[in-house]
Amino acid sequence: MSAFDSYRINERARVARWIVVAAFALLLGAFFRTQIIQHEKFQLKAETNRLRPIPLTPPRGQIFDYLGRIIAENVPGYSVKLLAPSADSLRAVLDRVARVVPLDTADVTEILRRFRSARYQPVLVFGDADFLTVSRLEEHRAALPGLVIQSEPKRKYPAGRAVAHLVGYVGEVTDGDLTRNRYPGATLGSIVGKAGLEQEYDDTLRGSEGVRYIEVNARGRLVREDAGSASLPPTPGRPVSTSIDIDLQAFVDSIWPQGTRGGLIAMTADGAVRALYSAPTYDPNAFVGGIDARTWRALTTDPARPLLNRAIQTRYPPASPFKLATAAMALKRNLVQLDTRMPQPCRGGMKMGNRVFRCWKKEGHGSLDLVGAIAASCDVYFYQVGLRLGLEAILEDGVLMGFRDTTHVDLPNEIAPIFPASTAYFDRLYGPRRWSPPATVLNFSIGQGENTQSLVNMVQFYGALAGNGREPVPHLVRATAASTRDLGLSDAQLDGLRRSLIAVVERGTAAASRRGDLAVAGKTGTAQNPHGKDHGWFIGFAPADKPEMVVGAIMEFAEHGTTVAPYVVQVLRRSILGPEPPAQVPTRVKIVAPADTAPRTIELDPDSAAARAVADSIRQAGDSTTVP
Amino acid sequence: MRLAAIDRQLAWVALALMACGFIVLYSAGQTDVPTAGAGVWRRQFIWFGVGLAAAWAAFQTSPRLLEWLTPAIYGFSLVLLIIVLAVGTGAGTAAGSHSWLAIGSVRIGQPSELAKVATVLMLARYLSSRREPPRSLRDLVAPALIVGIPFLLVLKQPDLGSALVFVGVFFAMMFWCGVRPRLLFMIASPGISLLLAFSNVTWAFWIIGFTAVLFYWRPYVLDGLTFWLLNVASGTVAMPLWHRLAPYQQNRLLTFLNPEVDPRAAGYHAIQSRVAIGSGGWLGTGYTEGPQKRLAFLPEQHTDFVFSVVGEELGFVGVAIALTLFMALLLILVRIARRATDSFSSLMIFGIVGILFSHVFENVGMTVNLMPITGIPLPFFSYGGSFFIICCLCLGLAFRVAWDSRLAGYADV
Repeated sequence: MSAFDSYRINERARVARWIVVAAFALLLGAFFRTQIIQHEKFQLKAETNRLRPIPLTPPRGQIFDYLGRIIAENVPGYSVKLLAPSADSLRAVLDRVARVVPLDTADVTEILRRFRSARYQPVLVFGDADFLTVSRLEEHRAALPGLVIQSEPKRKYPAGRAVAHLVGYVGEVTDGDLTRNRYPGATLGSIVGKAGLEQEYDDTLRGSEGVRYIEVNARGRLVREDAGSASLPPTPGRPVSTSIDIDLQAFVDSIWPQGTRGGLIAMTADGAVRALYSAPTYDPNAFVGGIDARTWRALTTDPARPLLNRAIQTRYPPASPFKLATAAMALKRNLVQLDTRMPQPCRGGMKMGNRVFRCWKKEGHGSLDLVGAIAASCDVYFYQVGLRLGLEAILEDGVLMGFRDTTHVDLPNEIAPIFPASTAYFDRLYGPRRWSPPATVLNFSIGQGENTQSLVNMVQFYGALAGNGREPVPHLVRATAASTRDLGLSDAQLDGLRRSLIAVVERGTAAASRRGDLAVAGKTGTAQNPHGKDHGWFIGFAPADKPEMVVGAIMEFAEHGTTVAPYVVQVLRRSILGPEPPAQVPTRVKIVAPADTAPRTIELDPDSAAARAVADSIRQAGDSTTVP
Repeated sequence: MRLAAIDRQLAWVALALMACGFIVLYSAGQTDVPTAGAGVWRRQFIWFGVGLAAAWAAFQTSPRLLEWLTPAIYGFSLVLLIIVLAVGTGAGTAAGSHSWLAIGSVRIGQPSELAKVATVLMLARYLSSRREPPRSLRDLVAPALIVGIPFLLVLKQPDLGSALVFVGVFFAMMFWCGVRPRLLFMIASPGISLLLAFSNVTWAFWIIGFTAVLFYWRPYVLDGLTFWLLNVASGTVAMPLWHRLAPYQQNRLLTFLNPEVDPRAAGYHAIQSRVAIGSGGWLGTGYTEGPQKRLAFLPEQHTDFVFSVVGEELGFVGVAIALTLFMALLLILVRIARRATDSFSSLMIFGIVGILFSHVFENVGMTVNLMPITGIPLPFFSYGGSFFIICCLCLGLAFRVAWDSRLAGYADV
């Protein structure tokens, strides 16, 4: 047939050859593009295909006290992780893990939740496994595919409960933290500081994560644990040196009365915090490697709120210690002198409009000068000082003295005190002319009313009294702001106030706490608490003639400041005189002292608007003792 | 019979390809994790033996006898295809389909592989019996039926890859028997219309252009009208047809266009294969050392994607050598077809060229995403009995045709 003559068939064969050659050239071109031109890209994809990064936790920086003693350190520990291709296979492996080491269903649920948030990374099973757990798991390794056991530095706080509120604790960064970028540089699984110094100085302490690679197969199963090549060692965090005296801190913990809520701050006159304590406390070591759900629930549901740092995060009515602020305002404005006696001597109360404002001492103090009034904490005297000052002046000077602002102590979540900036506050709160300025003045002059302060704020104020009248910025590592607040008093005036505070301890409300070998100055206070027994204050400094240390404490439901005073005196003695010989372990001082606060005013007309306003203000002051 | 007269080129290339195939298949089983391909290279030795026997038998068979037997072989393969549709089982890479013939639980083979050769034979017999190559649509009815019946039966299994091989065979043999290229173009035009129908704009351009071409070429009125109507019809049924495709087939076509659409499921093969090949570079990661293969990231690495192992472990150089061998094989077969003593032999060999070319181009092309992914084996490389034996059989036929033409003194034409 003609179609197969040699000319035509050669013609077609040539076309066929060209088609074949062209097709193979096309294939070869496609391989050249994939293998040579895009080689780098696919090389990288191949690596990421088979290598899974495992973050290496850096050792956190140590935290030292002012003598270089350890507050927080690292000890070797183990983390146990599982690499699983799917949630089902993870569940199966966890079942087998549970047969070897204890693992309850709540843990399994949590592990599965963590797995779903980062599927291609090994999921953390035990953040802080002990040697027994690790050796048991190693024994059963063959039955536990994907098991990754890593030795990791673990946080340890040797002083435990004594330093809980001070150093805070560490934990795994949460999704919320990451989306809000609260910890710059942290990635999923990073260990970050969650409270206290650990949080405040987290970027210094944390260091940066390293990484190592494990090799997995197509189904996400672990093949080789150390794929070597490109592992990056972690960069350790930098240490932080604090002004804390760990010995003093432990001492505070040891003497603090069992079951009493409250806080204590010990600070040098220039603001270096030596001890910062809050009770009830908790064990920060429980958070290492992930706190278990039961402990966490117990901590968060405890009515005593152990996680709350009462030294900086709770507001209390400042009560009698505030009388020094009133005195300082009046001295600064030259409205009273140290030896000024008020026109109306104390007869146990003072009539004001249709009410009688009482002094805490029913019998009255008689006629006193300023020093004597402070020593006796006479309410009637300070009512009259307040009336001389007027509400505007009290508010204005109070703001200047920092009663409206935080101290900027270098700890996270310091609570701002409540202190009105001007009388407009009362107009807003009660409505114009629905509150009584004179009654408010009387309340403010003795530290009651719409005025609540944190412990650290009050200690800062007493730091100014102890020093040169300039308020120090309390700090544990370094001051976050320069000291700008000045009481504006002359040395003589400051000296006079200090003398009056010595008198408090020598003869006045805290006389029972006096100890012969160290002159202590201080002021007691009793903060009215509508929810129960009153709270007790004591803020003092020593040595009284040349103050080095300022110690303030508040104890909830202590009823009287005089209950608190012995503890503060003990802390002052310990910090200045050092440990007492064992034989002279301080005995609890029996205090016999009357209430050191003005009792409720007697209502002549209980239905008056003013009466209700006062009742409201008291209620509000009481309410603010709990943190919002 | 003088063995010295055997086609040496073909012998060397075929042996080289089989050797390469074994070497790569062995490596494909060397993994760090258990895979199905672990020990298949040993079983492939059995197929190698059977294949040699088949090649020898084919070599011994006179083309005349074969031509006489052709209707019986073709009929037998069609019966097998029908049986397999009724009682066939799936296996291995095509577990969901009915492509395997099994007695009890022993799988005998894939009838579709035999059907490819049977169709080539039947088409060669039909075309060589005619005096003129098909010139019109009417002349094409019989060839279209010869290919169309097994094509549809295979498509029904479903085995899209093998079905496409029939299309390749059809066009190859039409071309070789002297059908004018413009008629081939018109035959292909409904298919092109089908592909372009996914966008109304491109399809409008196509139909206008095609109409213009018809007016210029002036084919028979009936032919022209029929092809035009077929174009319109395929354009309009494109979308309904698309929806009738199984989801996995749709996915394969979609992921061919963009593998990143679905990197974990349908696009997985396309991506992993390219990653393995791309990471090979010039010289590859070393024989049996490829990490993607060792860790089983490569899909079906001993069957459909065996060529990815070549790319990863032997690099571009290895790929170039393998492709050169395949190209040499095809060119040698074209040469044998050209020098064949009779038109039946010539058409038969060119049909075999069509089979092998379709397989190599589709299989190698899909590993680099040049072609959509269809489950189709690579001659001499992929593990599998039926196809290896069929390939050997084809080589046996080629040796016979080359031998005949050499004895007839056609060697230097």
